[in-house]
Amino acid sequence: MNTKTKAVLAAAVLMLIGVLHPGQPCLAMDEHDAPDTVTINALADLYQPVEFSHKRHTKLTRCKDCHHHTTGQQDMDVNCVRCHAHSPEAGTVSCKDCHTQKQFYPEQVTATDNPNLYHIDKPGLKGAYHLNCVPCHVKKNAPSDCEGCHALTEKGKKFFDIKEKGAPVSKKESHAH
Amino acid sequence: MNTRLNRRGFLQGSLAAGAAATISVSNNSQAATFEGYPESMGVLVDLSRCVGCRSCEAACNKEQNLPAPALPFNDFSVFDEMMHGQKRRTDETRYTVVNRYKIPGREHPLFRKIQCNHCQEPACLTSCFVNAYTKTPEGAVIYNADVCVGCRTCMVACPFYIPTFRYSSAFHPRIMKCVFCYDTRLTKGKPPACVEACPQEVLTFGRRTDLLEKGRQRIRENAGDYVDHIYGEHEAGGTAWMYLSPAPFEQVGFDTTVPKEPILNYVKDFLSIVPMVLTIWPALFAGFHLLAHRKEKMEQQKKNEGEV
Repeated sequence: MNTKTKAVLAAAVLMLIGVLHPGQPCLAMDEHDAPDTVTINALADLYQPVEFSHKRHTKLTRCKDCHHHTTGQQDMDVNCVRCHAHSPEAGTVSCKDCHTQKQFYPEQVTATDNPNLYHIDKPGLKGAYHLNCVPCHVKKNAPSDCEGCHALTEKGKKFFDIKEKGAPVSKKESHAH
Repeated sequence: MNTRLNRRGFLQGSLAAGAAATISVSNNSQAATFEGYPESMGVLVDLSRCVGCRSCEAACNKEQNLPAPALPFNDFSVFDEMMHGQKRRTDETRYTVVNRYKIPGREHPLFRKIQCNHCQEPACLTSCFVNAYTKTPEGAVIYNADVCVGCRTCMVACPFYIPTFRYSSAFHPRIMKCVFCYDTRLTKGKPPACVEACPQEVLTFGRRTDLLEKGRQRIRENAGDYVDHIYGEHEAGGTAWMYLSPAPFEQVGFDTTVPKEPILNYVKDFLSIVPMVLTIWPALFAGFHLLAHRKEKMEQQKKNEGEV
């Protein structure tokens, strides 16, 4: 067995230990595992996509405040601790992997028939974003009006019946018409 | 034994019979209590989540092809509008309205969306004498403009002051109110337009029975964040649209004096004796009249005979 193989084996053993002993702070995910900027465009329609500065937000709050138990951080909501006290970091941490874009459609409405379903009140993707972002933005005096995070598209302006004159649209935007 | 019926006996007997008929009829009507369609849908409105963005108003306007508003839907000065000392209400141009409420002791205001609550036993439906309203198994209270005569009794009957009248058109009487997006969405298994538009998921769409469970879970798991009551669970006999609130309901504009049973129950007993009144009373009082004037008539007849 050469040294290279030994090193690979050692690494494998260490990784295995990581899997078997979740909750080791050194093995939990941190902000360096995430991209600096995330473009949130899955829902862009009436509003333009959000260029979300993930890096900046990691300095303002902890992973679990947005990602719940999925990043392996332990200190949690009393309602989550009941099951997730020792949950390891999850395979996926992206919002859209748990919070579905389609919400309140027949298959979801009848999902509560499954007696094993615990999360009967899980918000959809749009709800998850806003319910997570807005209360904190309000609390920390960050922009909390709609266009503070995402500008309206042309379709959005029509949706809100924004007329050219006297509408709260910036000059630059109204020239674009 | 003299079995001839005198006037006092007849009156006593008829009163007793009338009372017995009334009691027996009202017992029958009490037994027929409707508890709502089992699979009917509803919406749970969580006031703690609403930020007053008015997206629901805009979505409703587009979905129902309502006239363009005077001010754009992202103009929040409308929250200060007052009409006759009241906040904005639904009218022929808007089926849903969001209002802002300052709550003593709370840093931020609360917002309340109003629309038809789609009662389990709607007062508008029972008050309508041409049957223009229907409570569908899906949970919507829909309206048929073709048979409506424009009497507006439903507007008086509604405990939530929701149905409004299209006064702008004199020849086409029409009640304007939220129909739960019945034809365009509900029957296709889709949530109403306002629910889909809401960014904060203030509006949760689902089966009414599931929504009650979700509501109770939110109250339980967020101890102290909500008033321990789901408005609409029992109000007016239960409604499809229900509310959770972090502040006492009366502070957010809710009428907490709305009875816990269907409005219909207050008139059921009365309505059940209407047929009896219409059929028995004419004969009964004609009888009284004849009896009362019989003696007079006989005397008159004797007199006439004497004269002859």
